[in-house]
Amino acid sequence: MPSSRLAVDIGGTFTDLALEHLGKRTTLKVLTTPAAPEEGVMTGVRAILAMAGVAPEAVGLVIHGTTLATNALIERKGARTALITTAGFRDVLTMRNESRYDQYDLNLLLPEPLVPRHLRLPVPERIDHAGAVLAPLDEEAVHALIPLLARENVESVAVGFLHSFVNPAHEARVGEILAAARPDLFVSLSSEVSPEMREWERFSTTTANAYVRPLMARYLGRLEEGLRTLGLSAPIFLMLSGGGLTTVETACRFPIRLVESGPAGGAIFSAHIARESALDRVLSFDMGGTTAKICLIDDFRPQAAKSFEVARVGRFRKGSGLPLSIPVIEMVEIGAGGGSLAHVDAMGRIAVGPESAGADPGPASYGRGGTSPAVTDANLLLGRYDPARFAGGKLPLDSAAAAAALSRAVAAPLGLATEMAALGVVEMVDENMANAARVHAIESGKTYEGRTLIAFGGGGPVHACRIAEKLGIRSILVPSGAGVGSAIGFLRAPVAYELVRSLYQRLSAFDTNAVNHLLAAMTEEAEAVVAAGSFGARLSETRTAFMRYVGQGHEIPVPVPPRALGPDDVAGLRAAYDAAYARFYDRPVPGSDIEVLSFSVIVSTVPEPLAPPDAHARGAAPNGAAVPPDFLQSVRDSATGEIAEWPVFARTALHPGSRIAGPAIIAEDETSTLVGPGWSVALNGFGYLALSQEAQ
Amino acid sequence: MMAANIVGLAEIQRQVMWNRLIAVVEEQAQTMIRTAFSTTVREAGDLSAGIFDLEGRMMAQAVTGTPGHVNSMMESVGHFLKKFPAETMRPGDHYITNDPWLGTGHLHDLTVVTPAFHDARMVGLFANTAHVIDVGGLGMGPEGRSVFEEGLYIPIVKCFDEGRPNETFFDFVRAGTRLPVELEGDIYSLCACNDAGIRRLAEMMAEFRLEGLEPLAAFIFENSRRATEAEIARLPSGTFSAEICSDGYDEEVTLKAAMTIGKVGGKDRITVDYAGTSPCSTRGINVPAAYTRAYSCFGIKVVVAPEIPNNWASLAPFEMRIPPGSILDAPRPYPVSVRHVIGHLLPDLMMGCLYQAVPDRVTAEGASSLWNPPLRGGASVSGPPRGNRPALPDFEIITFNSGGTGARPMRDGLDATAFPSGVRTMAVEATENVAPIVVWRKELRPDSGGAGRTRGGMGQIMEIGAKDDLEFACNAIFDRVKHPPKGRSGGKQGAGGRVALKSGRILRTKGFQIIPEGDRLILELPGGGGMGDPALRAPADVARDVRDGLVSPEAARTLYKVVVGPDGALDRAATEALRHPLKT
Repeated sequence: MPSSRLAVDIGGTFTDLALEHLGKRTTLKVLTTPAAPEEGVMTGVRAILAMAGVAPEAVGLVIHGTTLATNALIERKGARTALITTAGFRDVLTMRNESRYDQYDLNLLLPEPLVPRHLRLPVPERIDHAGAVLAPLDEEAVHALIPLLARENVESVAVGFLHSFVNPAHEARVGEILAAARPDLFVSLSSEVSPEMREWERFSTTTANAYVRPLMARYLGRLEEGLRTLGLSAPIFLMLSGGGLTTVETACRFPIRLVESGPAGGAIFSAHIARESALDRVLSFDMGGTTAKICLIDDFRPQAAKSFEVARVGRFRKGSGLPLSIPVIEMVEIGAGGGSLAHVDAMGRIAVGPESAGADPGPASYGRGGTSPAVTDANLLLGRYDPARFAGGKLPLDSAAAAAALSRAVAAPLGLATEMAALGVVEMVDENMANAARVHAIESGKTYEGRTLIAFGGGGPVHACRIAEKLGIRSILVPSGAGVGSAIGFLRAPVAYELVRSLYQRLSAFDTNAVNHLLAAMTEEAEAVVAAGSFGARLSETRTAFMRYVGQGHEIPVPVPPRALGPDDVAGLRAAYDAAYARFYDRPVPGSDIEVLSFSVIVSTVPEPLAPPDAHARGAAPNGAAVPPDFLQSVRDSATGEIAEWPVFARTALHPGSRIAGPAIIAEDETSTLVGPGWSVALNGFGYLALSQEAQ
Repeated sequence: MMAANIVGLAEIQRQVMWNRLIAVVEEQAQTMIRTAFSTTVREAGDLSAGIFDLEGRMMAQAVTGTPGHVNSMMESVGHFLKKFPAETMRPGDHYITNDPWLGTGHLHDLTVVTPAFHDARMVGLFANTAHVIDVGGLGMGPEGRSVFEEGLYIPIVKCFDEGRPNETFFDFVRAGTRLPVELEGDIYSLCACNDAGIRRLAEMMAEFRLEGLEPLAAFIFENSRRATEAEIARLPSGTFSAEICSDGYDEEVTLKAAMTIGKVGGKDRITVDYAGTSPCSTRGINVPAAYTRAYSCFGIKVVVAPEIPNNWASLAPFEMRIPPGSILDAPRPYPVSVRHVIGHLLPDLMMGCLYQAVPDRVTAEGASSLWNPPLRGGASVSGPPRGNRPALPDFEIITFNSGGTGARPMRDGLDATAFPSGVRTMAVEATENVAPIVVWRKELRPDSGGAGRTRGGMGQIMEIGAKDDLEFACNAIFDRVKHPPKGRSGGKQGAGGRVALKSGRILRTKGFQIIPEGDRLILELPGGGGMGDPALRAPADVARDVRDGLVSPEAARTLYKVVVGPDGALDRAATEALRHPLKT
C-alpha cells in the first residue's frame, strides 16, 4: 500500500489539502488561484509536505477534485463547441421539456444552450427505437461540415443522434470521419458519454462534456507536469461526482463526470464517519456561506442518482439548469447559508435567501459595507457567536451593525423587537431547510425518524439542533476537521467507476441473454477503468436495475446479483421489486407488469476494514470528569424566545467521555456547536461531538 | 418587554406554520407525482393539491401543479361539503368526483377530498385533482355532442369508507375505462397523497400544540387579503375591454371581457364581465364556469400579484360575471372534454385588458393553447388486419407540444414553451418506445415569432408518421390557426398555426381525421406576438437571429430594418441608413 496519500480539493475561494502519513493527518487551506488553479495547488502541496515533514517521493497517491468544470459551465467559459445532430432535431437543447420552472414568473429566464443554433449542425440520418436504420447516415453531409468547423474556430464537437444509445453506429462513424479529417478536434459521442434514453438529457450531457473537455485536458496536463516537477511520482486520481475515483485518462475523456466532486467528497466524509461510528441511517448536513447541502446516507453509502442539474439560473429552482445524466451522489442544495439575506415580503412574512451577501461585502456584522441583514447577523444577535472569537478572532464581528440592519429591514416593518426579529430570521431559515429536507425524504421514499444528523461546514453545527428538532431527529454528530471535510472525504473514496445503460425489458418477456450480454460488457468496461488504479486491490461489483410498473413514472433501483442471470432469476427480480415498491409506497399494485428501463454497474475497490470501534471510542461513557465552562453568555432560544445564560466551552478543553447538559455552546475557531435545552453533548473517542436529545 | 416578546414569538410561529402548511401540501403533491400511473400526472404534472378549513376555504395550495386547477378545485370542496356535511365524515373516509361542474371542468379530472382529524376532532380537509389518462367514452377529443359521450361520470361519492374501499364503486370504475389498472391505481394514489398530507398535518399540530386550524386560517386569510388588495390598489382604476378570437370547432368563437379595477363597497376588487362572449358550441370545446374562473384568475394574478400564495383570500378579490349559456359558462350536459383549448386563451384576454392599465407588466399574446395531438392507430382506425396487408398494433397516445409565448416588455418570448399551462413534454425517444410512430421532425419554426422590439417566442414544426408510414388518425384539438397571437405596442403578430398532410392537403384544426398510408402529419405551431416597434430592436439581436436561421434576411430588412449579410454579419451602415433615412 502507498505510504501516504494526499488529497487536494479546489473550491471557489479555498483550495483544501489533507495529507495522511503513517496514520497521522495534516490539513491545510490555501487561496484558490482561479486564473491558473494548478499554481494554488503547487503552493499548497509544497507547504503541506513541509508541514508534515514528508518527502515528495513518499506520497503514494494523489486524489484531486476541482470545481473547474462546474465553474466553466456556470460562467460560460468553455470551448467553442459544435453539436452534430439528427436532421429535424436541431433545437432539442433550446426546447428542453417545453415547460417553465416557475408558473408565476412572467420574466422567467431559461438557460442559454451551450451551443448556439448556428453551430448546431443537422445531418440526415435516422435510427428507430429498436436500433434499425430508417435513414442511412449522409456521410457527404458530415464531410461538408469540416470546413465550417474550421471557419468557426470550433475546438470541440459533440455528436448526438436519436436512439444512439441503442445503435451507436452512426455516431461512431461521424467520430471516425472527424478523427481522420481533424485529429486535433475533441469529439464527444452521446453513445459514449451518456448512453441513456431521453434525447434532451443525453445531448445536454454530451454537449457539456464537449464544452469543458479542452479546458480540463489542458489543466490536468499542467497539473501532472507541475506535480512531477515537485518530485511527486505518485499516480493522480480524480474524484468523480458519483463518489468514486478515476484515472486522469478517463477524466480527460469524460470530464463532465467531475462536476460536483467537492460536495461528493463532503458526502463521503459523512459516510465514512457513519461507517466508523456504525450509524446505518444518517442525514448529512453541510451549511456554508451561500447554500446548505443535505444528503441521505443509508448503510454507509450516500444516496446515488443518475442525473443532476448544473448552473441553475433561477434561484436554485429545480428545472432552471442544464441537465446532466451522470452518476452522482444525490444532494439537495438549498439557498440558505450564513450570508443569506433576510427581508419582509408583501404578506408581512420574514423571507430568507436565496439572495446572499457572499463573502464581499458579507453580512452587515462583517463591517465591510453590507447593510442588509444576513443569517450570521441574526445568529450574532441571539448570542450564538462570541463577536471577538468569530473565525478564530481573525474577523471580529460588529454587533451594532448587525442590529441596525435587522432593525431596519425586519424588526421595524413587523413592529418586533430587534432580538425577536433575529429569532424570526433564524427560525425561518431553519424551517426552510427542514422543509426542503422533508420534501427530499418524500421524493426518496425515506424517513428521518431514528437517523443521526452529521453536521459540518461553518453553519451546520450552529443550526443542527433546531433542524433536528423540526425533523424529529434525536442524535447529532459534529466531526472534527469539518472545515476541510471534502478533502478528507477524498482520502476515503474507493477507486470506482459506474456505468449506466438503457435497455428496455419487460419482466413478462425478459431476455436474459440480451441483459447478460449488456451487463458483462459494462462490467468489463468498468473493470478496465478501475484496474488502472486499483493496484491489485480486491474489487466488488454492484449491479442495479431501474424498474417500475408499466405505465408508472418513477423508477426504483433494485439490486441485481452480479453474475449471469438465468430464467429463474426473473421471479427474484419481481420479488425484489415488489419489496422495494412496498418500502417506498406501502402498497404493491396487483396484476401490473414490470418494466426495466436501464441498468447500472459499479466496480469498486473494497474499502479497507475498520477496526471495530471499542465502547470507549463510540461513545459516551457518561461519568467523565466535569469540565468548567469558559464563561457564560446570554443566548435567546429560538424555539421558546426566552433568554438565558448559556455556558460556553472551548472544544479543545473537552476530553472523551465528559458529558455536558444543554443548553451550552461548544466553541471552536471555525464554528460553534449549539447544544439546545433538552440536549446533551459528549466528546466521543473519535474526537467528534455527539449530541443527543433526552427522551421527552 | 416580556409581553411584547411573547406576542412577537406568536407572530413568528404563525409565519413558520404558514410556510409549513405550504410544505405539507407540496409533500402531498410530490407523493402524487411519484405514485401516479397516468402520464398526464407524472410526466406532464397536470395536478393540484391543497388543504381547506372546515368551511371549505382553501388555506394553502401546492406550488407544484397547473393553473387550470387553481380555484376550480378550490370551489369543489364546497360542493363535497354540501352533499356530505362535515359532521357525517369519519377518519379514513375519502370522497371522489369527476363531475365537470362540481370539479375542474372535464371528466378526465378526478378530485378526491379527505377529512383530516386530529385528537378525534375534524380539523380540515385535504383535496387534490389529477388529470387521468382514460375514463372511457370517446376519449380525449372534441367530437362528443354531450358530456354523456365523453366518458364515465362519477358523482360525488365515497370511495373509501373508514379505510375500506367501496368495491361497488371500484367495479364501476374498472368496467368504465380502457385502462382499468391505471385508473384504479391513480385513485389509490390520490387517496394516499391526501393521507400523506393528513399525517404531516397531525405532526405539525402536535409540534405547535394546536387544537384547531381556525386561528392560523384567519392569519393566512387576513395577510393574503391585505396583500392582494394592496396590489390591486396600486393599479389605475377604470374599466378596460378586450376580445380574442378562437378558431372554434366549426365556427369562430369570440371571447369578450370588460375588466373593472377599483373599489367595490370600499374594497379593492377586480371584476371581469364576459358579456358579448359567443354561445356554447355543439362540440367539446365548451368551458364550465369554474374552469373559466381558474384561468381568468391565473391570468390576472400572474400580472398583478404573482408572489402571493394561492388561497381563498388571495383569490377572493377577483370576481367573474359570466353569462350563463355562453361558451365560458356551459351548462350540463354540454360536451366539455377539451375545454382547455378555449380556457388557455383566457390569460391572453386578461392581459389584453390589463395592458391598458399597466402596459409594462403584461406580455404579448402567445400560442397559449397546447398542441397535443391525440394519435390513434390499428384496428380501431383501419379495421381488423386482412390478408398480407401490414397492420399497426392498436395504440393510442397523446404528446404535449407548445408554440411560442408572447414577447415580454424587457425580454423576448420563450421559444416552444407552454404558457399558461404548466405541463412538460415527453422525450421523442420515450414516445417512440411506447407507440409505433416516428417523429421525423421537431424543431423551431423560423420566422414564426412576431417581430417587435422584443420578439415573440418561436413556434415549432413537427412531422409525424406511423411506423412504415401506415395509416393512422389524429383527433385534432388545435387553435390559433386563423387567429394568430397578436402583438402589442406596435409589435407584429406571431405566425398562425398550420395543420396539414405532408402531401399538402390542409386538415381541420379540430376533429378526427385520417392520415393515409404513405403520408405524414405536419403540425406548424404558432409563434408568440411581438412587443414594441421592430425597428427599435437591437440590431445585434436581429443579426444573431439571422445567423441562427430563426429570422430570414428578408424579414430582418423589411420588419426590423436591419441589414444582415448572408453570413450573418451585421451591416451597420446599411442598417443605419434604413432605420434613419433622413439623417444620411
